[in-house]
Amino acid sequence: MIPAEFDYVAPATVDDAVRALADAGEEAKVIAGGQSLIPVLRMRLAAPTKLIDLGKIAELRGVREDGDALVIGAMTSHYDVMRDPLIGEHAKLIAVTTSTVADPQVRHRGTFGGSLAHADPAGDLAAPALALDVEMVAHGMDGKRTIPASEFFVDYFTTALRPGELLTEVRVPKYTGWHAHYEKFNRVAQAWSIVGVAAAVQVEGHTIKQARVGLTNMSSVPVRAGGVERALIGQEATPEAIKTAAEHALEGTMPVADGNADIAYREHLAKVLTSRAVTAACR
Amino acid sequence: MRITVTVDGTTYTDEVEPRLLLVQYLRERLGKVGTVVGCDTSNCGACTVHLDGHSVKSCSVLAVQADGCEVTTIEGLARDGQLHPVQQAFHDNHALQCGFCTPGMIMQAIDLLAEDSDPDEQAVREGIEGNLCRCTGYQNIVRAVRDAAHEMRPGAGPEAERISGAQAGVHRS
Repeated sequence: MIPAEFDYVAPATVDDAVRALADAGEEAKVIAGGQSLIPVLRMRLAAPTKLIDLGKIAELRGVREDGDALVIGAMTSHYDVMRDPLIGEHAKLIAVTTSTVADPQVRHRGTFGGSLAHADPAGDLAAPALALDVEMVAHGMDGKRTIPASEFFVDYFTTALRPGELLTEVRVPKYTGWHAHYEKFNRVAQAWSIVGVAAAVQVEGHTIKQARVGLTNMSSVPVRAGGVERALIGQEATPEAIKTAAEHALEGTMPVADGNADIAYREHLAKVLTSRAVTAACR
Repeated sequence: MRITVTVDGTTYTDEVEPRLLLVQYLRERLGKVGTVVGCDTSNCGACTVHLDGHSVKSCSVLAVQADGCEVTTIEGLARDGQLHPVQQAFHDNHALQCGFCTPGMIMQAIDLLAEDSDPDEQAVREGIEGNLCRCTGYQNIVRAVRDAAHEMRPGAGPEAERISGAQAGVHRS
């Protein structure tokens, strides 16, 4: 199918994009990589009056170091995130999760910031973002502000971004030397995650010193598995200890039933996948 | 809007509506009907082309987003009647039945081989994860991609056509 008519503008700077968004009114939509939005437009599930394309804004692409943090430009493609040496060294959980997003073609176009701002509960990148306590940098007509990941995801497809605000950067604290794994369960290739678990651990000898775990699609927003994290810290990385800790995976979750899984099955998956993700991360 | 796009080595300038999809532009404006549309959901990958050297689903890119870019389609692969080594390998390995997925499979396989010049079977299956085939069960497609990898060592990419050892056995009609 063909999208409904819309106007289109591709500003060259963040300032121009913020102004274009303010001028365009409530029915405008920001397009990043477009790998969720264009299918939605084609199916006519949305009919914005205007698209503001961030694709020409060079300053929004790339990864840099800023003291104790990495700064990932919102328009950095999944393909570039996966291969970025800084992310590989300091935020491996983001690299390994990104490598599982959709398929190679989508990863060439889709962007880190676009995926976070879209806030699909089945999207893979919100759980690691939450687990790693990243901060979202938003630009609007009133200037810029920083939103912690724990406050960013509000509901299904809803974030703390205000009308007229753009997500421009994501600041990721460094987790140098941590091990990480993302375990997701879906029915077929390139399908959305029925449940996913993002796990990062700091291991010394065989002992888990620190752990961060986030769950995908176990609520309308990503869920931080704090109970699992607390149960892992100080434990030997044995299958029994990890399995016992994974029993806490349901704390704070509110899964729904859909065509892929009922609630009990999702709850089962959350525990099993938590155990697998932490085990793989500890290896 | 006015766009300028280079497709298979030829530069075109056209007025397009913002809502025009890249695949529609290729097929309906430029007549590049070798690139096909296989689904309505962005799943099938049949419309895969290269945009500035990377594979994309041309149903999920607006023509206006390709302004200033270089596009390669399945129609831009053969040289002087000689198939690209990946096309030849699909022929040699009987890697198609109905053939509808083939243009996208080949474009994605070339992208994969540019990343990984000698993928094992699992890497091929993951590399073509975004492309669906309803006929072959993928067996011969995987075989063809690995065969092409051997033909094209040390790697694909822009030089692939020039180091082709494949014979011109079949001509596109």
